[in-house]
Amino acid sequence: MDKMPAWADVVLIPIISLILAGILSTLVILAIGENPLEAYKLMIEGALMRSAGWGYTLYYATNFMFTGLAVSVAFHARMFNIGGEGQAMLGGLGVALACLFIPWPHWSLAILGSSIGAALFGAAWALIPAYLQAKRGSHIVITTIMFNFIAAALLNYLLVGLLKPAGAMDPATAKFPEPTHLPTFQDMFATAETPLFRGAPANVSFFLALLACLLVWLLIWRTKLGYEIRAFGYSQSGAKYAGISGVKTIIIAMLISGGLAGMMAVNTTQGEAERLILNMTEGAGFIGIAVALMGRNHPFGVLLAAILFGFLYQGGAELALWTSIPRELIVVIQALVILFTGALDNMVRMPLEKLFLALRKKEA
Amino acid sequence: MDFLTILQVLDSTIRLATPLLLACLAGLFSERAGIFDIGLEGKMLAAAFFSAAVAYMTGSVWLGLLAGIAASMALSALHGIASITFQGNQLISGVAINFLAAGMTVLIAQDWFSQGGRTPSLTGAGRFNSITLPFAESLQSVPILGPIYHDLISGHTILVYVAFLMVPLTWWILFRTRFGLRLRAVGENPAAVDTAGVSVVGLRFAAVGICGILCGVAGAYLATALQAGFVKDMSAGRGYIALAALIFAKWRPWYALMSTMLFGFLQAIALRPDLIQNTIGVKVQVQLLDALPYILTVIILAGFVGKAIPPRAGGEPYVKER
Repeated sequence: MDKMPAWADVVLIPIISLILAGILSTLVILAIGENPLEAYKLMIEGALMRSAGWGYTLYYATNFMFTGLAVSVAFHARMFNIGGEGQAMLGGLGVALACLFIPWPHWSLAILGSSIGAALFGAAWALIPAYLQAKRGSHIVITTIMFNFIAAALLNYLLVGLLKPAGAMDPATAKFPEPTHLPTFQDMFATAETPLFRGAPANVSFFLALLACLLVWLLIWRTKLGYEIRAFGYSQSGAKYAGISGVKTIIIAMLISGGLAGMMAVNTTQGEAERLILNMTEGAGFIGIAVALMGRNHPFGVLLAAILFGFLYQGGAELALWTSIPRELIVVIQALVILFTGALDNMVRMPLEKLFLALRKKEA
Repeated sequence: MDFLTILQVLDSTIRLATPLLLACLAGLFSERAGIFDIGLEGKMLAAAFFSAAVAYMTGSVWLGLLAGIAASMALSALHGIASITFQGNQLISGVAINFLAAGMTVLIAQDWFSQGGRTPSLTGAGRFNSITLPFAESLQSVPILGPIYHDLISGHTILVYVAFLMVPLTWWILFRTRFGLRLRAVGENPAAVDTAGVSVVGLRFAAVGICGILCGVAGAYLATALQAGFVKDMSAGRGYIALAALIFAKWRPWYALMSTMLFGFLQAIALRPDLIQNTIGVKVQVQLLDALPYILTVIILAGFVGKAIPPRAGGEPYVKER
């Protein structure tokens, strides 16, 4: 018997967790001597009340959708892919190589090529941890953490050496050629009379992320492979009896996960920076964990959670600009969301389950 | 490479390995009791900040150390509540703790000191100063052993010696006391410990608490001994290197000493790229040295060079009745 109706599990628990995280964040703002209402007002005005604010919010949300989907696909196979950061860095490398060394005639072709490059490189970076988990039983969390650091060292090595154009000072590749530049929201939606999204980095890869949400939904709930991934995540022994290969499922789920994490580089590297820089992930690989937990591993939930975190990120930047509250407030909120929706899930769930059981007894 | 340069490199090896060693032993207690802890990094960071802040405000490094330990213990308690009491996911809890520490330390530092997320520099009694061991000066003229004693063994802060003493102490606690036996048992087969009438929850909280103390000392060492004050993100991945060292050491105290010394040595020679080039004649990329601890750990984890087998009940919350 289910202890709770499904809607409570999907809607009520994340909302209660979010409220708890919000209350604690409010206390934190109070404790550092700022006015929480003013702070929230500033965040909403900066992130949602202007089209440029939305342009930033959706730009960040694009990153978080990719990394959130990456974490959630792996979660479905009960793998905790904490290596989104490293996979995204390699994805950036894939984007950079595709944009720098292939003469694309038009951005619409370039985005196809760079997406493939990003996904291939990201997936390749997830392959070794996946193989080691599947074949040798090495814990995927530890190996993916290690691979984050190895990726950072590799990127550092390439950007101060091989890929840096001669004579350049900062560790970055050359600027990508003009035809690979992606149209921003400003290019797409602003007209001479109505300037919209002025200067904001949101670009066409936002729609790529929406497409990725849809495809992941189709994959997980409408294909045989998705069914196998979920079955394996639900019960490894059960899946084995049903003839599902554990090795194959782990590796495929992690490849998809790594590919998705890598694809966030299309947004940051090709869409925004237009060259590969050292800090291209902007921490989005880790935020993907919070997004996946908050979104309950469902692509639609991930979409909503990504927009929420995009709002927090842009709002946090506004706060840092106009008040003495540093950007790190957002890191704290992110930590609280991970804590309540992930680690302390049972703390919220247990009383709710009791409540629903009591209600049901009364009805009976 | 002459003798004095070798001593210099080994000396900085010891300085850099000390926080790794303390954090590694911290993780050892926790993971031996079946609680995975990827929050070592966050605990060190929180301890580094609070030790530096309190040492600056009171002028006493010892009060700073206590504050650092208290901060680390508070995060340990959170980890314990999430992963033991509420049987949550230990890895996710660790991730949350790392972010909480990374954010809160800067937030509080900015609020208290307004110096862009750092504490003012510590001086005098606000820092752990190096100790000259007895006879270090007078024995310095003895060939070979004299410089080794004077430059390498003597002249560290008290926390370095504490860290080294913790190795035999950890070994003794884990392998020669009843508490240690039970602690290891609870990481392998908690149901058996429960059947014997010993509290699984109590033991695991004790282990997580010890982990908090040691992480606190490690963090305080970073901010009050290795450097003079807290700067943003100063733990710089050391918690993860300690985690790598713990796997490299296959969850054993003496091996932990060796693996952290190895990783400390890699950090020390990464600071002196000129030496490597002079010695082996090949220019080794600094980035390769940075990545080497992680690459070695992956190789060890892969089981190609001796298999690292974690405690069997590690990462699993203990549920009394299924």
